[in-house]
Formats: sequence, C-alpha cells, structure tokens
Amino acid sequence: MTATRLDEDFTSSVHVYEPHRAGLPRLGPYLRELWRRRAFASELSRTTMRAANTTTVFGQLWLVINPLLLAAVYFVLVTILRGGDSDGDFFAYLVAGLFAFYFVSGAISTGAASVVGGGKLLLNTSFPRLLLPLSAVRTAFGRFLPTLVIYMPIHLALGLPWRWTMLLAVGFLAMMVVFATGMAMIFATAQVYFRDTASFLPYFIRIWLYLSPILWYPVQVPDEIKDFMILNPLYPMIGGWSELLRGDEIPQVSWWVAGTLWAVAAFVAGSLFFMSREREFAVRL
Amino acid sequence: MPSVSETAPVLAKETGGPAVRVEHVSVTYRTTFERMPTFKNALVRFGRGERAVKEVHAVRDVSFEIDHGTTIGIIGANGAGKSTLMRTIAGILPPTSGRIEVHGRVSTLLALGVGFNPALSGRENVVLGGLAAGLTRKEIQQRYEQIAEFAELGEFIDMPMRTYSSGMYSRLAFSVAVHMDPDILLVDEALSAGDAHFKQKAAAKMHELVGQARTMFLVSHALASIKDLCTDAIWLHNGQLMMRGKPGDVVDAYNRFLKVGEGAFTLEDL
Repeated sequence: MTATRLDEDFTSSVHVYEPHRAGLPRLGPYLRELWRRRAFASELSRTTMRAANTTTVFGQLWLVINPLLLAAVYFVLVTILRGGDSDGDFFAYLVAGLFAFYFVSGAISTGAASVVGGGKLLLNTSFPRLLLPLSAVRTAFGRFLPTLVIYMPIHLALGLPWRWTMLLAVGFLAMMVVFATGMAMIFATAQVYFRDTASFLPYFIRIWLYLSPILWYPVQVPDEIKDFMILNPLYPMIGGWSELLRGDEIPQVSWWVAGTLWAVAAFVAGSLFFMSREREFAVRL
Repeated sequence: MPSVSETAPVLAKETGGPAVRVEHVSVTYRTTFERMPTFKNALVRFGRGERAVKEVHAVRDVSFEIDHGTTIGIIGANGAGKSTLMRTIAGILPPTSGRIEVHGRVSTLLALGVGFNPALSGRENVVLGGLAAGLTRKEIQQRYEQIAEFAELGEFIDMPMRTYSSGMYSRLAFSVAVHMDPDILLVDEALSAGDAHFKQKAAAKMHELVGQARTMFLVSHALASIKDLCTDAIWLHNGQLMMRGKPGDVVDAYNRFLKVGEGAFTLEDL
C-alpha cells in the first residue's frame, strides 16, 4: 500500500476502488461529496421543471390549475355523498390536504423514475447517486410552493381566522418533506429492480389518498378502526398540516410524535437502502 | 485559475506513484437478461423456481500500472471487457475483487455518449454534466466558451439535443470531455460519428493533450490510430490481459491472433 491510500470517495485527486457489493460506502466522504455536488441536484431539478412546462399550453400555470380543479371535483363529490352538508371550512381543509398530498405523491413518483431516467448519466459519470432522488424531491417541492400561495386567498375569501398557530403547520410540512424524501429513495431503488413499480405506483397512491384525512376529518373515523389509522404515516402529517393551516387548535402530541417517527424511519431506511444498492445501478440499467 | 484541476496533477506527481494502478482486478456482475425486469416476471420465475440473474465475468484478474503522461491504447475483440475496464477505472462499476488506485482527476468519454437529456439544450446539458462530474458553476463557465467553440455547433448549442445529428452529439461529448482539464482521460470509441474534418481536429486535440503529459486511455478498433497516438498498449481477450507492450508489437500480435492482415481495419480511423 502506498502512502496515498485514501478510501474510496469522489475527490478529484486520489481514488481507490475496492470491492463492495452490498455494503454501504463510507458515509463521511460520501456525504461530503453529496454536499459538494448539491448544485447538480438543484440544477437538474430546475432544468427538469423548465423542460416539462414548455410543452403545455398553460405552462407554469398548469401547476396551480390542476390541483385546484381536482379540489373542486372532490369537493362536489364529497358534498353529494354527504347529502349537501359541506361548508367553506371543509373546502379550505380539503384544499390544504390535497395540495400537501400531491407534494408527497409527486415526490414519490418523480423520485421513483429518477434513477432509471438518469440513464446515460449514471453509466458515464461517477457521482453520489443519492443526488437523483433528492433532486426529484426538490422538483416536487418547487411545484408545491405555488399551490401554497393559492391557499392563502382561499383562506381569506372563506373568512377563516388567522392565528399564530398556523405557523406550526411548517412542522408537519417538514415531516412530509423528510418522509417523501425517504419514500422517493426507496421507490427509486425498487424501480431499478422492478420496472413495473412505475405502473402500480399510481394505484398505490390513489388508495393512499382515500385512506388519508383529506376527503374526511380525522374525527369522523369510526372508533373500531381509529387505532389503526396511525399506521398510515400521512394520517398525522396531513391531518396536522390541514387543521393547523385552517386555523384550528394545535393537534395532539401523539400526532407530532408519530409523524416525526414515521418521517425519520422512512428517511433512514430509504437512504440506507439506496446507498447500499447504488453501486449496482450501473449494471442494472 | 486556481482550481482543483491545477493542483491535482502536482499532488499526484509528488507521490511518485503511477497514475493508475490496477491490481488483480476482476469484475463479475450479476445482471438480468430480461428486457424489462418486472415484479410480475420475478413472481412468475419464483413460482417456477428459476433464476434470471446471470453472472458475467467481464474482467478477470487484470493487473497493470500506468505512469503519468502515458497514452495507452486498449485493444481487443468486442466483448473483451474493454469498456467494463474503463468504467471500473472511472469509478462507475466497483471491482468484484482486486484494487484500483487512480491519481488525478478523471474525465470520461465513454461509448454511450455523455449523460445528455434530449429535451434540454446543449448548453444546459454541458452545465449538468459538468456539475455531475464535480465541477463548480464557475469552473464550467470558464470552460463553456471553449467547449461550445470546439464543438462547432453554432446556434444549435441552445436548441434541444433531440434536434442534434449523431455527429453533433459526439462532437459535443468529445468537446466536453477534453475541456474538463482532466489528468486522466478515458476515451472509449467515442469519435465514430464525427466527420473527417472533426476527426482531424479531435486527433490534433488529442496529440495536444498527449503533449501536455496527460494520461490517456484510448479504447479503439482503429489500430492505426493506436499505433499513431499511443506510447503503450494493452490487449484484452475474454476479460484477460493477453499482452502489454509497445503499440506496434501488441497490434501485430493481436492481428496474428485474429489471423487478419493490416487491411481489416483500414475502413475506420479513430
């Protein structure tokens, strides 16, 4: 061994490559390099958004029209199902929850496609692959922000109260970002091995939408299944987010705890799973 | 221009070691031969008790050392493991056993082109590729004009890459790779699509890089170019190192092995 023996990383001067099939890379150098190349993730996300919006008639506007139309359709649907018993409060709740849900599901589905869609870049360049799903989450967040701006006039028009507790909703948003990142990494890895992940994902997301407190209030859940609801990570996250944003009271402690635990668990599991597999991606694409 | 690229070669040379040291490297990868690996197929196979994963022994126990400033040609039949070896040196594929030590910044120009997204313009792709390779925005900006000028794309540089011809594609890819100021440049049959004018220009650029004491790996079936450009050569066959030596000797041995004369490769250059 020479004096220059550094372990495998992506630095520009000395690299040593040694066998490692399923193990994790050394986290220190990996994370340092991930941070050093963060500009790549944000540039990729920016150009992806630019490229995706130039081909549609409404362009960027579509990012706002689409969720608004969906919210309107669901509002009509739920009003009919309830026999005409819906109010403005519910609309605000629905819009807040739906927009947040579309952020999470958007992050998961673009994240799932990120590695397989990275194609030639992966085959020809050596870089921390984790940048790809992270960039996808950034894209989804960039699409979510304008919808958040749309919520404000709705809140105002419905005459809902403005409270300082609304700011606490950021806590639940942070959980959703961390959770969505973890899920994006899990599905990005899964899609490398099973390409049909992309086709079953929409069904999975649709079912998840109905099981999350978006079209109904958490208090409406029957007592028999109430205990199981905490198994849905989005139950506390979206529930807490929508209620706080609408100006309700601060949600119970168990939601904060469950949401945080779910988010951290998804993030840790997702990043470990992704990093332990990423060196195999080049031969699996 | 106080960038990483300038300090790196000094650093690497001070160590006195070779630019690239490959020690008993084998690359065996398990891959599936399905056109589309799907969960459904996996279930069906599991039901039948089959396994779709096959082992490919792409590189077997290859060892060599390359000093700084060497231009080394790598020749061998299709499927000999040349591209796999390039990817392993670039750090894209991990070796299954053995060890690779690389001193210096590596730039790759591999067979499949650069990681270009066809929906984005040439300019955006150059920036993305550079960022992925670890350059800063500033470093890319400094090089951008040279890259665009060398590729001779004119106004096409700002058009989506799906509108490019294959020649334009490979011109841009070549231009990006050589302008990254690499200490070690890996070139894998990447010039096949350029026209005669660009090939001459590319060959001149490569001579220039060789003159600057860069280290270059050149994978090519154009044996004449190997003889012309390289100072050293390696012949791979079925993943094994058959011969290492002067380019002329290695090319002759390879030709004798294939039982073809010099004429077989005159249709190609570089």
